Amino acid sequence: MSAALHHLWTPLSATPLLWMVVTLAAYVIGRQVQKACGGSPFASPVLIAILIVAATLLGTDTSYDTYFAGAQFIHFLLGPVTVALAVPLAENFALVRRHLSSIGLALLAGSLTSVLSGVGLVWLLGGSRSVALSMAPKAVTTPIAMAVSDQIGGVPALTASLAILGGILAAIIGRHMLVRFQIADWRAHGLAAGVAGSGIAAAQVAALDEVGAAFAALGIGLNALLTAVLVPLLATLWH
Amino acid sequence: MPSAMLILIGCQLLGELLRTTFHFPVPGPVIGMFLLALALGVRAKRTGQDMTPAPLKPAAESLIANMGLLFVPAGVGIIAEAGVIRKEWLPIIVAVAGSTILSLMVTALVMHWTLPRTSANPADREGGMS
Repeated sequence: MSAALHHLWTPLSATPLLWMVVTLAAYVIGRQVQKACGGSPFASPVLIAILIVAATLLGTDTSYDTYFAGAQFIHFLLGPVTVALAVPLAENFALVRRHLSSIGLALLAGSLTSVLSGVGLVWLLGGSRSVALSMAPKAVTTPIAMAVSDQIGGVPALTASLAILGGILAAIIGRHMLVRFQIADWRAHGLAAGVAGSGIAAAQVAALDEVGAAFAALGIGLNALLTAVLVPLLATLWH
Repeated sequence: MPSAMLILIGCQLLGELLRTTFHFPVPGPVIGMFLLALALGVRAKRTGQDMTPAPLKPAAESLIANMGLLFVPAGVGIIAEAGVIRKEWLPIIVAVAGSTILSLMVTALVMHWTLPRTSANPADREGGMS
Protein backbone atom coordinates (compact mmCIF):
# COMPACT_ATOMS: atom_id res chain seq x y z
CA MET A 1 0.00 0.00 0.00
CA SER A 2 2.85 2.37 0.73
CA ALA A 3 4.21 1.78 -2.77
CA ALA A 4 0.84 2.66 -4.26
CA LEU A 5 0.61 5.73 -2.06
CA HIS A 6 4.09 6.75 -3.06
CA HIS A 7 3.12 6.30 -6.70
CA LEU A 8 0.22 8.66 -6.22
CA TRP A 9 1.98 11.10 -3.93
CA THR A 10 5.11 11.80 -5.96
CA PRO A 11 3.47 13.48 -8.98
CA LEU A 12 0.82 15.09 -6.81
CA SER A 13 3.25 16.72 -4.39
CA ALA A 14 4.96 18.44 -7.31
CA THR A 15 1.87 20.28 -8.58
CA PRO A 16 0.98 23.67 -7.12
CA LEU A 17 -2.62 22.46 -6.83
CA LEU A 18 -1.98 20.13 -3.92
CA TRP A 19 -0.52 22.79 -1.64
CA MET A 20 -3.17 25.32 -2.60
CA VAL A 21 -5.83 22.78 -1.68
CA VAL A 22 -4.10 21.96 1.61
CA THR A 23 -3.83 25.67 2.48
CA LEU A 24 -7.47 26.38 1.62
CA ALA A 25 -8.69 23.29 3.46
CA ALA A 26 -6.65 24.15 6.55
CA TYR A 27 -8.11 27.65 6.60
CA VAL A 28 -11.66 26.37 6.10
CA ILE A 29 -11.12 24.00 9.04
CA GLY A 30 -9.74 26.95 11.06
CA ARG A 31 -12.89 28.94 10.32
CA GLN A 32 -15.13 26.01 11.27
CA VAL A 33 -13.26 25.61 14.55
CA GLN A 34 -13.67 29.31 15.28
CA LYS A 35 -17.38 29.10 14.47
CA ALA A 36 -17.73 26.06 16.73
CA CYS A 37 -16.06 28.09 19.50
CA GLY A 38 -18.69 30.80 19.15
CA GLY A 39 -16.43 33.11 17.15
CA SER A 40 -13.85 33.34 19.92
CA PRO A 41 -10.71 35.21 18.82
CA PHE A 42 -8.66 32.61 20.71
CA ALA A 43 -9.53 30.07 18.00
CA SER A 44 -7.59 32.07 15.40
CA PRO A 45 -8.21 30.55 11.94
CA VAL A 46 -4.82 31.81 10.75
CA LEU A 47 -3.02 30.09 13.61
CA ILE A 48 -4.99 26.86 13.22
CA ALA A 49 -4.35 26.83 9.47
CA ILE A 50 -0.61 27.44 9.92
CA LEU A 51 -0.39 24.62 12.46
CA ILE A 52 -2.27 22.19 10.20
CA VAL A 53 -0.17 23.04 7.14
CA ALA A 54 3.10 22.97 9.09
CA ALA A 55 2.20 19.57 10.57
CA THR A 56 1.33 18.29 7.10
CA LEU A 57 4.67 19.46 5.69
CA LEU A 58 6.65 17.97 8.55
CA GLY A 59 4.65 14.74 8.40
CA THR A 60 5.21 14.31 4.67
CA ASP A 61 8.81 15.50 4.76
CA THR A 62 8.04 18.31 2.33
CA SER A 63 10.31 21.36 2.17
CA TYR A 64 8.96 24.86 2.64
CA ASP A 65 10.17 25.77 -0.85
CA THR A 66 8.10 22.99 -2.41
CA TYR A 67 5.09 24.10 -0.41
CA PHE A 68 5.54 27.76 -1.30
CA ALA A 69 5.78 26.98 -5.02
CA GLY A 70 2.11 26.04 -4.78
CA ALA A 71 0.96 28.40 -2.04
CA GLN A 72 2.49 31.46 -3.69
CA PHE A 73 -0.71 31.98 -5.66
CA ILE A 74 -2.54 32.60 -2.41
CA HIS A 75 0.37 34.65 -1.06
CA PHE A 76 0.22 36.84 -4.19
CA LEU A 77 -3.23 38.15 -3.19
CA LEU A 78 -1.68 39.96 -0.20
CA GLY A 79 -0.83 42.77 -2.64
CA PRO A 80 -4.36 43.38 -3.97
CA VAL A 81 -5.89 43.03 -0.49
CA THR A 82 -3.56 45.71 0.84
CA VAL A 83 -4.73 47.99 -1.97
CA ALA A 84 -8.33 47.02 -1.18
CA LEU A 85 -7.94 48.49 2.31
CA ALA A 86 -8.25 51.84 0.53
CA VAL A 87 -12.02 51.24 0.32
CA PRO A 88 -12.83 51.39 4.06
CA LEU A 89 -10.19 54.10 4.39
CA ALA A 90 -11.75 56.32 1.72
CA GLU A 91 -15.26 55.82 3.06
CA ASN A 92 -14.15 57.17 6.42
CA PHE A 93 -11.98 60.03 5.19
CA ALA A 94 -14.03 62.61 7.06
CA LEU A 95 -13.59 60.77 10.33
CA VAL A 96 -9.87 60.30 9.77
CA ARG A 97 -9.35 63.96 8.90
CA ARG A 98 -11.15 65.06 12.04
CA HIS A 99 -8.71 63.13 14.23
CA LEU A 100 -5.48 63.62 12.33
CA SER A 101 -3.45 64.87 15.29
CA SER A 102 -4.59 62.04 17.57
CA ILE A 103 -3.72 59.55 14.86
CA GLY A 104 -0.27 61.05 14.34
CA LEU A 105 0.57 61.04 18.05
CA ALA A 106 -0.75 57.53 18.66
CA LEU A 107 1.08 56.23 15.60
CA LEU A 108 4.39 57.72 16.65
CA ALA A 109 4.05 56.48 20.24
CA GLY A 110 2.88 53.01 19.26
CA SER A 111 5.45 52.53 16.53
CA LEU A 112 8.38 53.63 18.71
CA THR A 113 7.12 51.44 21.56
CA SER A 114 6.99 48.41 19.28
CA VAL A 115 10.48 48.89 17.87
CA LEU A 116 12.25 49.87 21.08
CA SER A 117 10.56 47.33 23.37
CA GLY A 118 11.06 44.55 20.81
CA VAL A 119 14.77 45.20 20.44
CA GLY A 120 15.18 45.97 24.15
CA LEU A 121 13.52 42.75 25.33
CA VAL A 122 15.63 40.57 23.04
CA TRP A 123 18.74 42.34 24.22
CA LEU A 124 17.78 42.10 27.92
CA LEU A 125 17.18 38.36 27.65
CA GLY A 126 20.48 37.74 25.97
CA GLY A 127 19.26 37.20 22.43
CA SER A 128 21.61 37.66 19.50
CA ARG A 129 21.98 40.87 17.55
CA SER A 130 20.49 39.40 14.40
CA VAL A 131 17.36 38.32 16.29
CA ALA A 132 17.08 41.81 17.83
CA LEU A 133 17.38 43.45 14.43
CA SER A 134 14.87 41.00 12.96
CA MET A 135 12.49 41.95 15.77
CA ALA A 136 12.68 45.72 15.14
CA PRO A 137 10.40 46.06 12.10
CA LYS A 138 8.14 43.08 12.89
CA ALA A 139 4.97 45.09 13.59
CA VAL A 140 4.74 46.38 10.03
CA THR A 141 2.99 44.69 7.15
CA THR A 142 5.01 41.59 6.19
CA PRO A 143 6.55 42.67 2.84
CA ILE A 144 7.91 45.91 4.26
CA ALA A 145 9.01 44.26 7.50
CA MET A 146 11.12 41.86 5.45
CA ALA A 147 12.61 44.64 3.32
CA VAL A 148 13.55 46.74 6.35
CA SER A 149 14.96 43.71 8.16
CA ASP A 150 17.18 42.95 5.19
CA GLN A 151 18.36 46.55 5.04
CA ILE A 152 19.43 46.73 8.71
CA GLY A 153 21.07 43.30 8.93
CA GLY A 154 18.25 41.17 10.30
CA VAL A 155 17.00 37.89 8.86
CA PRO A 156 14.00 38.65 6.59
CA ALA A 157 12.46 35.17 6.87
CA LEU A 158 12.66 35.32 10.67
CA THR A 159 11.11 38.80 10.62
CA ALA A 160 8.21 37.44 8.57
CA SER A 161 7.62 34.71 11.15
CA LEU A 162 7.80 37.22 14.00
CA ALA A 163 5.43 39.57 12.17
CA ILE A 164 2.89 36.80 11.82
CA LEU A 165 3.29 35.61 15.42
CA GLY A 166 2.79 39.18 16.65
CA GLY A 167 -0.17 39.70 14.34
CA ILE A 168 -1.86 36.52 15.56
CA LEU A 169 -1.31 37.54 19.18
CA ALA A 170 -2.67 41.04 18.56
CA ALA A 171 -5.73 39.56 16.82
CA ILE A 172 -6.32 37.11 19.65
CA ILE A 173 -5.96 39.37 22.66
CA GLY A 174 -6.58 42.85 21.21
CA ARG A 175 -10.28 43.26 21.87
CA HIS A 176 -10.27 41.56 25.27
CA MET A 177 -7.36 43.60 26.52
CA LEU A 178 -8.59 46.98 25.31
CA VAL A 179 -12.11 46.43 26.61
CA ARG A 180 -10.60 45.54 29.98
CA PHE A 181 -8.88 48.94 29.93
CA GLN A 182 -12.25 50.52 29.12
CA ILE A 183 -11.29 51.34 25.55
CA ALA A 184 -14.26 50.16 23.50
CA ASP A 185 -13.78 52.76 20.76
CA TRP A 186 -13.27 51.11 17.35
CA ARG A 187 -11.16 54.01 16.15
CA ALA A 188 -8.59 53.38 18.90
CA HIS A 189 -8.77 49.62 18.51
CA GLY A 190 -8.51 49.79 14.71
CA LEU A 191 -5.45 52.02 14.73
CA ALA A 192 -3.80 49.97 17.48
CA ALA A 193 -4.43 46.74 15.55
CA GLY A 194 -2.94 48.25 12.39
CA VAL A 195 0.11 49.66 14.16
CA ALA A 196 0.88 46.73 16.47
CA GLY A 197 -0.40 43.75 14.53
CA SER A 198 -0.63 44.89 10.89
CA GLY A 199 -2.63 42.72 8.48
CA ILE A 200 -3.66 39.80 10.67
CA ALA A 201 -4.95 41.95 13.52
CA ALA A 202 -6.53 44.32 10.99
CA ALA A 203 -8.34 41.38 9.39
CA GLN A 204 -9.81 40.48 12.76
CA VAL A 205 -10.98 44.07 13.34
CA ALA A 206 -12.24 44.51 9.75
CA ALA A 207 -14.51 41.50 10.18
CA LEU A 208 -16.18 43.21 13.14
CA ASP A 209 -16.41 46.91 12.37
CA GLU A 210 -16.14 49.14 9.31
CA VAL A 211 -14.76 52.19 11.12
CA GLY A 212 -12.25 49.91 12.84
CA ALA A 213 -11.26 48.64 9.39
CA ALA A 214 -10.62 52.18 8.15
CA PHE A 215 -8.40 53.05 11.11
CA ALA A 216 -6.60 49.70 10.86
CA ALA A 217 -5.88 50.38 7.18
CA LEU A 218 -4.52 53.76 8.13
CA GLY A 219 -2.43 52.23 10.93
CA ILE A 220 -0.88 49.71 8.54
CA GLY A 221 -0.16 52.30 5.85
CA LEU A 222 1.22 55.04 8.09
CA ASN A 223 3.24 52.63 10.20
CA ALA A 224 4.74 51.21 7.02
CA LEU A 225 5.87 54.72 6.01
CA LEU A 226 7.15 55.58 9.48
CA THR A 227 8.98 52.31 10.13
CA ALA A 228 10.62 52.28 6.72
CA VAL A 229 12.16 55.64 7.55
CA LEU A 230 12.64 55.33 11.32
CA VAL A 231 14.04 51.83 11.81
CA PRO A 232 17.00 52.10 9.40
CA LEU A 233 17.77 55.45 11.05
CA LEU A 234 17.65 53.99 14.57
CA ALA A 235 19.70 51.01 13.43
CA THR A 236 22.59 53.24 12.37
CA LEU A 237 22.63 54.68 15.89
CA TRP A 238 22.94 51.24 17.46
CA HIS A 239 26.31 49.59 16.96
CA MET B 1 -15.20 41.30 -10.75
CA PRO B 2 -12.63 41.67 -13.57
CA SER B 3 -12.90 45.45 -13.42
CA ALA B 4 -12.43 45.42 -9.65
CA MET B 5 -9.33 43.23 -9.99
CA LEU B 6 -8.09 45.58 -12.71
CA ILE B 7 -8.41 48.54 -10.34
CA LEU B 8 -6.73 46.76 -7.43
CA ILE B 9 -3.87 45.17 -9.35
CA GLY B 10 -3.52 48.30 -11.50
CA CYS B 11 -3.02 50.42 -8.36
CA GLN B 12 -0.54 47.87 -7.08
CA LEU B 13 1.40 48.06 -10.35
CA LEU B 14 1.33 51.83 -10.26
CA GLY B 15 2.62 51.67 -6.67
CA GLU B 16 5.45 49.34 -7.71
CA LEU B 17 6.35 51.67 -10.61
CA LEU B 18 6.45 54.70 -8.31
CA ARG B 19 8.50 52.76 -5.78
CA THR B 20 11.15 51.70 -8.28
CA THR B 21 11.25 55.06 -10.07
CA PHE B 22 11.58 57.22 -6.97
CA HIS B 23 13.23 54.63 -4.68
CA PHE B 24 10.50 54.97 -2.06
CA PRO B 25 11.26 52.78 0.94
CA VAL B 26 7.60 51.68 1.06
CA PRO B 27 6.22 48.57 -0.69
CA GLY B 28 4.19 48.99 -3.89
CA PRO B 29 0.87 47.72 -2.45
CA VAL B 30 0.99 50.30 0.37
CA ILE B 31 1.62 53.10 -2.14
CA GLY B 32 -1.19 51.61 -4.22
CA MET B 33 -3.50 51.73 -1.20
CA PHE B 34 -2.88 55.45 -0.69
CA LEU B 35 -3.30 56.12 -4.43
CA LEU B 36 -6.63 54.32 -4.56
CA ALA B 37 -7.85 56.01 -1.36
CA LEU B 38 -6.91 59.36 -2.85
CA ALA B 39 -8.70 58.58 -6.12
CA LEU B 40 -11.81 57.43 -4.24
CA GLY B 41 -11.69 60.57 -2.11
CA VAL B 42 -11.46 62.83 -5.15
CA ARG B 43 -14.29 60.93 -6.80
CA ALA B 44 -16.47 61.23 -3.69
CA LYS B 45 -15.88 64.97 -3.61
CA ARG B 46 -16.78 65.40 -7.29
CA THR B 47 -19.91 63.27 -7.25
CA GLY B 48 -20.91 64.08 -3.69
CA GLN B 49 -21.24 60.37 -2.96
CA ASP B 50 -19.20 58.71 -0.21
CA MET B 51 -19.96 55.17 -1.25
CA THR B 52 -17.53 53.18 -3.31
CA PRO B 53 -18.96 52.11 -6.71
CA ALA B 54 -20.39 48.64 -7.05
CA PRO B 55 -17.82 46.36 -8.67
CA LEU B 56 -15.00 47.56 -6.43
CA LYS B 57 -16.82 47.59 -3.11
CA PRO B 58 -17.99 43.95 -2.94
CA ALA B 59 -14.66 42.70 -4.31
CA ALA B 60 -12.71 44.69 -1.72
CA GLU B 61 -15.04 43.56 1.03
CA SER B 62 -14.76 39.88 0.22
CA LEU B 63 -10.97 40.10 -0.08
CA ILE B 64 -10.66 41.90 3.26
CA ALA B 65 -13.07 39.48 4.95
CA ASN B 66 -10.76 36.60 4.02
CA MET B 67 -7.45 38.36 4.52
CA GLY B 68 -6.36 35.86 7.16
CA LEU B 69 -6.09 33.09 4.56
CA LEU B 70 -3.52 35.10 2.62
CA PHE B 71 -1.11 35.11 5.56
CA VAL B 72 -1.01 31.33 5.85
CA PRO B 73 1.69 30.66 3.21
CA ALA B 74 4.07 33.21 4.75
CA GLY B 75 3.20 32.04 8.26
CA VAL B 76 4.08 28.42 7.49
CA GLY B 77 7.59 29.77 6.78
CA ILE B 78 8.12 29.62 10.51
CA ILE B 79 9.07 25.94 10.12
CA ALA B 80 12.08 27.02 8.08
CA GLU B 81 13.15 29.23 11.01
CA ALA B 82 12.74 26.49 13.61
CA GLY B 83 16.49 26.37 14.24
CA VAL B 84 16.88 29.96 15.45
CA ILE B 85 13.59 29.88 17.28
CA ARG B 86 14.56 26.73 19.18
CA LYS B 87 17.91 28.26 20.11
CA GLU B 88 16.63 31.68 21.22
CA TRP B 89 13.05 30.84 22.08
CA LEU B 90 12.91 32.82 25.31
CA PRO B 91 14.00 36.26 24.02
CA ILE B 92 11.93 35.70 20.87
CA ILE B 93 8.70 34.77 22.61
CA VAL B 94 8.99 37.40 25.33
CA ALA B 95 9.93 40.15 22.86
CA VAL B 96 7.17 39.31 20.37
CA ALA B 97 4.52 39.11 23.06
CA GLY B 98 5.84 42.04 25.10
CA SER B 99 6.34 44.47 22.26
CA THR B 100 3.03 43.57 20.60
CA ILE B 101 1.05 44.03 23.81
CA LEU B 102 2.87 47.26 24.73
CA SER B 103 2.45 48.73 21.28
CA LEU B 104 -1.26 47.82 21.18
CA MET B 105 -1.82 49.42 24.56
CA VAL B 106 0.22 52.55 23.90
CA THR B 107 -1.41 53.20 20.51
CA ALA B 108 -4.93 52.65 21.84
CA LEU B 109 -4.34 54.66 25.03
CA VAL B 110 -2.91 57.66 23.18
CA MET B 111 -5.89 57.56 20.80
CA HIS B 112 -8.23 57.22 23.75
CA TRP B 113 -6.72 60.16 25.64
CA THR B 114 -6.45 62.52 22.68
CA LEU B 115 -9.75 61.81 20.93
CA PRO B 116 -12.56 64.19 21.75
CA ARG B 117 -14.94 62.98 24.42
CA THR B 118 -17.65 62.29 21.87
CA SER B 119 -15.63 59.19 21.09
CA ALA B 120 -18.09 56.93 22.89
CA ASN B 121 -20.94 58.30 20.83
CA PRO B 122 -22.09 55.56 18.47
CA ALA B 123 -23.50 58.14 16.05
CA ASP B 124 -19.92 59.10 15.31
CA ARG B 125 -19.23 55.77 13.72
CA GLU B 126 -21.57 55.37 10.82
CA GLY B 127 -21.87 51.89 9.39
CA GLY B 128 -20.35 50.13 12.37
CA MET B 129 -21.97 47.10 13.87
CA SER B 130 -22.30 46.04 17.50
